[in-house]
Formats: sequence, structure tokens, C-alpha cells
Amino acid sequence: MPRLHSAAELEELRAGILSGRDPEMPCIAVCAGAGCHGLDSGRVVSAFEEEVGKLSLGAKVTIRATGCHGFCEKGPNVVISPGAICYFEVKPEDVPDIVAHTVKGEVLDRLVYTDPDTGQKAVHLGEVPFYKHQTRLLIGDNPRIDPMRIEDYLALGGYAALSKALFEMSPDQVIDEVKKANLRGRGGGGFPAGLKWETAKNAPGADKYVIVNGHEGEPGAFMDRALFTGNPHLVLEGLIIGAYAIGAHQGFIYTRHDSPQLIAHIERALAQAEEYGFLGENILGSGFNFRVELHFDVGIFVSGESSALMQSIEGNPPEPRSKYIRTSVSGIWDRPSNLNNVETWANVPQIISRGAEWYTSIGTERSKGTKLISLSGHIMNSGVAEVPMGTPLRTIVYDIGGGVPGGKAPRAVHLGGPMGGSIPERLIDTPLDFDELAALGAPIGAGGLLVMDDETDMVEVARYLLEFLTNESCGKCVPCREGMRQMLKILTNITKGKGKSDDIGRLEDLSDVTGVACLCALGKTAPDPLRSMLRYFRDEFEAQIASGTEAR
Amino acid sequence: MSEILLQIDGKAVKADEGKTILQAAQSENIFIPTLCHHKDLTPYGACRICLVEVEVRGRKNHVVSCLYPVARDLIVRTRSETVDKVRRMILEELLAHAPNSPELVHLAQEYGADKDRYERESSFCILCGLCVRYCAEIKQKNAVGFIERGARREIRFIPEIASTECWSCQECFSLCPTSAAQATYFLTEALAFPGKRKAPSDSA
Repeated sequence: MPRLHSAAELEELRAGILSGRDPEMPCIAVCAGAGCHGLDSGRVVSAFEEEVGKLSLGAKVTIRATGCHGFCEKGPNVVISPGAICYFEVKPEDVPDIVAHTVKGEVLDRLVYTDPDTGQKAVHLGEVPFYKHQTRLLIGDNPRIDPMRIEDYLALGGYAALSKALFEMSPDQVIDEVKKANLRGRGGGGFPAGLKWETAKNAPGADKYVIVNGHEGEPGAFMDRALFTGNPHLVLEGLIIGAYAIGAHQGFIYTRHDSPQLIAHIERALAQAEEYGFLGENILGSGFNFRVELHFDVGIFVSGESSALMQSIEGNPPEPRSKYIRTSVSGIWDRPSNLNNVETWANVPQIISRGAEWYTSIGTERSKGTKLISLSGHIMNSGVAEVPMGTPLRTIVYDIGGGVPGGKAPRAVHLGGPMGGSIPERLIDTPLDFDELAALGAPIGAGGLLVMDDETDMVEVARYLLEFLTNESCGKCVPCREGMRQMLKILTNITKGKGKSDDIGRLEDLSDVTGVACLCALGKTAPDPLRSMLRYFRDEFEAQIASGTEAR
Repeated sequence: MSEILLQIDGKAVKADEGKTILQAAQSENIFIPTLCHHKDLTPYGACRICLVEVEVRGRKNHVVSCLYPVARDLIVRTRSETVDKVRRMILEELLAHAPNSPELVHLAQEYGADKDRYERESSFCILCGLCVRYCAEIKQKNAVGFIERGARREIRFIPEIASTECWSCQECFSLCPTSAAQATYFLTEALAFPGKRKAPSDSA
């Protein structure tokens, strides 16, 4: 494929790809995302290829191994277009049946979704309760894309936003649009991306960097991996647009060393983007140059913290440093470095294509757009969901998530991962909103949502999360390393029935100081889960301490 | 380089641009406690005991003075209820490791820290990193470094380097607030190269 040299050549190529595709021809999309992959979806893909080969149906049916569809609980997932017919828990043995029905244009009834309560069937994706209540702007294309094929992304309008930004907008106009869209960082901070971009653009220095934070190290968070693995070009397109706006010619993707599928897809996407002329010198003939390097983490949670991540890219141990001068002014090698999370970058192309006005029509007053949520814990439907900001947690837990197994009530909903917080069931009507949830002590964070049923021991949950953070702290600063060491000791004693009457006071003192004095955001927010649990479930701590004392 | 006017504990202080609050305070003999700071080393910001309260345009924040750059009209308070509490707690956490360190004991009196508030820890190293950074930045030998992370973090001498470099240097021993550097060195020697230490001139 020769490099594209203009917007017109891109559109010509796109038209060519589309003219070679028959929208009426059945396409069988098998989810090969992490969850389904673990459930052996690879064998399902092979079975489809064999069956189609055996029946010489190659010209009548397309097979596509795709990224995560979202409904991990019911994997391996298969979606057949046109019509988005969904089959769940598909096994290789089911394949001949599916193919036979598909070529006849029929639906295989036994594999469609059946509501566990009503017994009602749902054939099409839009009718399945898990999907029905979602707005899938970012992850919705996953079933339509083979992540190893840039053609699939181009067929869906890929890189049109980049072309628009390069040829119809100035860098300032791009930043203005992102500011107007009020895109807030999806990695946990919720900081307005447009303001950060502007800071980096205006910072002195000719060399500037843009970075994708694809580390996603927290337990219970798997939405970035689903999006990035399933649609790598979407994130890359956002990054290139950001680089153009900021004036960066070098980008970094920082991600996990232990996700081979993700790495393969990113490497392939980078190579193809370079080949087609979306990366490298003179992108699409615009005169803009931009390259991207892929970097891997070193297997420690804190390397997802922005300053630690930048240290790691420099080749140093991933220890955070004080950000009294922001990294957007002085980051990697002391140069302006604009870091955003995977999902934040993925929002950029649609903001440029469809405009800030459209984007701000979704969401709440101060939280715009949609949010990817990793649903896990005591919930019927675990998986990756995408909902408009402002969606009540009740909708996510009950309508999408299907509620708690066994008809139990949730005791708590935990948001934001190990540095987030838990809120009790009575607050379940709270909307998914950066500020409202932060005020309750359970910030959205990166988007992990963990449901805990009414038999959950909240003291043990607090202890577990602190144990995780104690192991994942870099150990550089005293209030984080020593504060958590002591908090963990106290909590461990309480769970062993050795609690003392002044334990809650000591825990509060320790968490106050850790929250004020730590070097980085990991340390400063490390006591937040414990705080939220002392705020809403204090009686459980008191009861365990009291009963433990009695028992001795 | 332009001079900046700020206020520390109600006193007008002048400092060159690029200086830290700690440097500005020290030049006026305003005391701020430090543990991991050394004037010849790159500021590290790990012990957090030099934390102060700053006020910028009415907004209060807590920052470490060894890293925070001076700024025009900055208001700094080196003591407050929160600052004192942070220092007391940090001292109590470190005294669990090194209850007899003269520096810690002295500061504990000032801030009312109770050395027995937390259960005694096995290692008396407080991980200030003075030995590690001095060896790396001043001596450029990297004979001692950090290993592991979080609560498992330790200093460790690297036998291959320590066996030739350390005996004739030992400069980090006197920097150590708890004598853990010295103890760690001798443990390394006893285990890794007993009776085999060399002068640097012999090693070539």
C-alpha cells in the first residue's frame, strides 16, 4: 500500500474499500477480547473458518475475530451482521448449526439471550438488556472491526477526523473544540483535557510529547484494554489529532508488558498507520510529522501514575516525583509532556468529527460524553459497559448488570478501584458524574465498578485494598510506605479479632496524614477506600473491634 | 536572575528565582526540619517532614519545602496544626524503626511524637536514601541502592562494587541518621566478601 498524500486520496481509498464490501453479506464476528479469549473463543473462530471452508462458503460469509463486545459474562460472544444477531456462550460444537442458519437468513433460537427472570428471548443486540441501556459510542464499533486490519477501521470512517483536523482546522481550533466539548480525563483525575493541551501547547520549548497512558493496573478495571485491544486505531487517531493541536512530533504509548494480544494489535496498528501515511513524515501530505514509540511497564501499579510513567519512559525506576511544575510544562526529559488515558484519547475523533455541540448534548452539566465501565463483583452480568455520564448507578447495576446473583441486595457499590471508595446501597440512585461521586467519597476513577453483596465484610475489603496498595506503593515517601504499613497492620488485627478500642482513631490519624503529605496521587488517595468505609460502614468496624475484644 | 519577595512565618523574605522554600527559609535562619535533605544532593522529597503550608491567592495547600519553588507573594507557614500533626505522625512512623536515632529523638521532643505509638519494626533503616543518592551523585559509584518496593523496600550494597569502593570511602556512614548504612555494609561484607575487601587501586 503506497502512502496516502492527501485527504482526497484517503476518501478514494475508503470508497474503494466500501465498494468491495456487500453490506448484505453475512459477517460472523467472534469476540476475541480477553474474557472470551480465556473462554476459548480462538477455537470458535477456527471452527467457523473450518466450517466455511468445508462448505465452500468463503464468498458468502465473512468470519471476523474482533475485540471485546462487552458482555464478558456470556462469552464467547458471536454477533452476526446485518441485524446484529447475538449468540452467547458459543462453543465450537455450535458452529455448524450457526453457519447453516446464517446462510439461510435464519436465527438459531437456542443460542440467543434468554432473560433469566422472564424467559423472554432477545435476538438483536439492541434488545439484549445488557446492551439496551447503553450508549456505545466508543466500544460499539468493536464487533465491526478486526483489530489487525486498518481497512475495517477505515470502512467505518476511520481517520476522517484526523483529515478534518489537519486540513480544515488550525491547532488552536482543535484545542477550542476539545475545550468546548469539556472532555474530562478518563483516567481518574477528571481534569479538563483541553486545558491540559493548551498548557502543553503554550509551554516553552520546541520538543513536546504526547502520551497514551494505557497502563490500567488496578484490579477490576479492564475497559481500556477492551477498547485499545479491540480498536487500536481509534486511540491512535485521537493521539495524532492531539499531537497536531499541541505541536508534538513524538508520541509514546505506555502500556502493559503482560498483554500479548494488546501488544500485537498496537504494534500492527502503528505499522499500518505508518504504511498508510497516518504516521511519520508529512502525514496525509499536510506537512505535519509525528512518530509514536511503544513502551512497556515494569510490572508495578504505580508506573501508571503520570510522573512515574514519565520516569519509566526515561529509563529510570518508576518512582513519582513532585509535580509542583506540571508535567504538561516539564515532563519527559523536562519537556512539555501531555499525558491522557486511553479512553480520553479515544473520545477525540468523534469530538472533531461531530463537534462539541453534539458531544455536550450527552451527559450532565459538568460531566460530558459517555463513560466506559468495568462491571464486576457480585453481579449477574460482568463485562464492559458504556453509558452516558449522568446515568444512575441503579441503571448500571440492575438494568445493565442484572443485579446481584441469588436475588440478594447489594451492600455497597465500589467505584474507582483500590484508591476509590464504596457507597452503600441507599445511594444507588446517584448519577454517574465526576463531581457528585467524588463528593460522596467514591470517585469514578478510571471506571471500575465493583458490586458487593449483603454478605460482604467491609472491614476485610478495606484490608484487602490496603494490602494491594502496600505492595504496589513504590516505597519512596514515608507517609505512603509507613502509613499504609501501619494501617494494614491495624486492619489485619481487627479482622483477626485482635482490634483495640483506639484503632479507629489511629486509622483516621494515619489516613489524614497520608492524604495530606504523600508525594503522589497514589499515596494521597490510598486511604480513600478506608475513609469511605469508615464513613458509611463504621458500625461494622466498631462491632468487629468490640466482639474481638470480648472474645479475648 | 530576578529576586522574588515572599513571606515566611509573617516575615518578608527575598530569594532568587528557582530557589526552594527551604533554601529561602534557611537563608533567613528560619528552621524547617529535614531528614532526607542534603545541600549537595538533588532534592528528593521523600521524608515529607519539611512539609509546610503555602497560600497562593487565598488558596491553601501543603507542599514539601525542599522542592517547592519560591514564587512572588507566596505566603508560607512553617508551623500549623496540620503541619505539626504530619511531622509528629511521620516521626512516630519512623521511630517504630529507629527509636534511638538522635535526630529522630530530638525532633520527637519538639513535635511531641510518641516513639511507642506503633509496634517496633525489624529494620532500623528509615529509607531517607542519603547513602544511595550520595554514592550515586557525589561519588558516582552506585555501591548502594534500593531494592524492592512499598513496605518491602530496603537499601542493599552491591558486593561487586562495595568490595572495592566502600572501605576507603565510608562517607555515607556519617550521613546516615540511624547507622543502618554502616550495619548494612558490614552485613554485606560478612556475607558476600569476608576478608576480601580491596583498595580501589588493587582492583584494576
